Amino acid sequence: MNFFLELLVGGLTKGGIYALIALGYTMVYGIIALINFAHGEIYMIGAFTGLIASLFFSSLGLTGWALLALVIMVAALWAAMYGLTLEKIAYAPLRKASRLSPLISAIGASIFLQNFVLLTQTPNYLLFPDLASDLPGLSFLKPIAHLASPIQVCVIVMVALILAVLTFILKKTWTGLAMRAVSQDPLMAQLTGINLNKVIARTFILGSVLAAIGGVLIGCATRQIDSNIGFLAGLKAFTAAVLGGVGSAPGAVLGALILGFAESFTAGYFSGDFEDVVAFVLLTLILTIKPSGLLGQKIAQKV
Amino acid sequence: MSLKALKLTLVKAWPGALWLIIVAGPLVILRVNEITGRVEFVAERVVKLLVGAFLAAFLWGLFRQLSGSPEGRKGNPPPLKRLGLSALIGAFISLKVNALNKSRLFWVIVALCLLFFPLMTSPYALKVATSVLIYIALGLGLNVIVGLSGLLHLGFAAFYGVGAYAYALLGHYLGWGFWVCLPLGGLAAALLGLALGLPVIRLTGDYLAIVTLGFGEIFRLLLTNLDVTFGPRGIGQIAPPGFFGLDLNQTFKPFLEANIGLNPAMDLNKVWIYLIVLGLVALSVKVASRLENSRLGRAWLALREDEIAARAAGVNIAFTKLTALALGSFFAGLAGVIFAAQITFINPPSFSFMESIYILVIVVLGGQGSIPGIILGATIITVLPEFLRGSDNYRLLIFGGLLVLMMVFRPQGLLKRGR
Repeated sequence: MNFFLELLVGGLTKGGIYALIALGYTMVYGIIALINFAHGEIYMIGAFTGLIASLFFSSLGLTGWALLALVIMVAALWAAMYGLTLEKIAYAPLRKASRLSPLISAIGASIFLQNFVLLTQTPNYLLFPDLASDLPGLSFLKPIAHLASPIQVCVIVMVALILAVLTFILKKTWTGLAMRAVSQDPLMAQLTGINLNKVIARTFILGSVLAAIGGVLIGCATRQIDSNIGFLAGLKAFTAAVLGGVGSAPGAVLGALILGFAESFTAGYFSGDFEDVVAFVLLTLILTIKPSGLLGQKIAQKV
Repeated sequence: MSLKALKLTLVKAWPGALWLIIVAGPLVILRVNEITGRVEFVAERVVKLLVGAFLAAFLWGLFRQLSGSPEGRKGNPPPLKRLGLSALIGAFISLKVNALNKSRLFWVIVALCLLFFPLMTSPYALKVATSVLIYIALGLGLNVIVGLSGLLHLGFAAFYGVGAYAYALLGHYLGWGFWVCLPLGGLAAALLGLALGLPVIRLTGDYLAIVTLGFGEIFRLLLTNLDVTFGPRGIGQIAPPGFFGLDLNQTFKPFLEANIGLNPAMDLNKVWIYLIVLGLVALSVKVASRLENSRLGRAWLALREDEIAARAAGVNIAFTKLTALALGSFFAGLAGVIFAAQITFINPPSFSFMESIYILVIVVLGGQGSIPGIILGATIITVLPEFLRGSDNYRLLIFGGLLVLMMVFRPQGLLKRGR
């Protein structure tokens, strides 16, 4: 039973982080129908800037909650800038091109960013500092430490908080309203006075911030990062987004949790070798059986 | 372009450069030392960062200006008009090709040069030439799928791998020779292409891309984790192709060395492989160019341009997609068998996602759908790294940037396909 609960918590942690990345995919897809292939690299860059920031600030003597908050803020800021630059260089000029062009451009950007970080930093694994395990005020978690480590609890709580904030942004703010309007009908939205490029830029910023937070959290949870983490995580998050129905935010979270559990249980009860295969098999199955995903709407193609 | 406009571009580059410095700066000038676990300031990169950022911003502005305002254009943008170096070269080559196409003598000379190339060269140059030819065959295969039919395939290396592993495994377990395995490898890849095609027939564009990518990754992970395929260790000692049961090096080498001046270091088995792959490429080019103008080829193009319109015009979508996938994979399978014979040792990393990307870059760089373009693309991609003896990652960095720039400034590739 304990083993089962451990796997459950592990799956929940993983799923939560996939959800943070998957939301970026799904929001961008909802608005400009583009698979932002380089989104996984933004997550990786978030992890790296987070690492640099944490090493820098801890050498200044910061610890605890202040350090964690500052690291997340710096990582989110830089990831947002990378996301914005990516949009302006690789996607914005291709707004009117054929569907294949932005996708190839996105793959190119992904390879570029991955090797950029590899060449400027290191091809090896880097140790990520333990930012969350001895945070003051978390000692009440000691009794359940054998089931869920403090960092796992931290990740789960933070993901839940972020999702709440995101729901608020999407449902209650003007930006969220504009995003939803653009995703329903870009032309009509523009006619009502919405600046399309501004909304797209904000979507990229929002998605990148979420991915960067995911990057910092995964760094804390696995304690090591390298320049390749973005590729696989991006693919899995995309799988999660497709699973839930691309374009639907709650669907992305649901898909991410399902994927997290599926991976965790496969690794626990079957074999760790096949953990990575699960996502791809799931993806192929979903796309062949129900391409619109669990919560997605089937949109008739207009001619 | 006037000097004044150039000056203006230079001035306008500053804000972009500043932005790039802020964005890329921290990762460039601060490096985490993996041993001490501290952040180091890398002073010698500061100048590089400043120069690089300014150069990037300037060139970006220059290209934008030369290719016209990207926002205002619809569909395929006009080629780089005034600078147009690549366009110029492209036009020149295609002009030449068109003019020379008619002269039979030219092709005879080219064929003779290619045939006798191994006799005049070093083993190293022969190896590079064989790689170029293998990549041309792969490019032609992927061209049928991506270039002609418009199905973005991101797991093409898996089919290449099927061919290679078919030969290696059949040779290892059953002792089957090259000539039996060559068609079998091609067929195995084609069948796998069909097996992948059947479930994804309903998918279009980006979904198809992701599924093929996932498929390629599953293939690689299976190769790595299964015992039958010897896992990550790979398979070695793959036999060279036979030549009527003769040992080439013993039978012909002394004669060729004495009379023609063959390089003594040359392995005649490699020469034989070169000739085989040359034949395959010649055949593929012929088949591909004939197919392009066939009923099926037209159906592929219709599918690429607009699936719904094609369906309305009576094109059988399922059949068209499946034939494209099967045929493209068949080419890849053949290339895979030859690759295994040439390299004599294969392991899963040879068929990774990045390999698929290399082949995609060949197709995109040369111009999707254009056969001379693919030959040019394969040559550039294979020969250029031999001169830039840097790390593999610089190559990938350049390829990644190249893909983005190609899509933004010249989506039709270096050699545009005339139609």
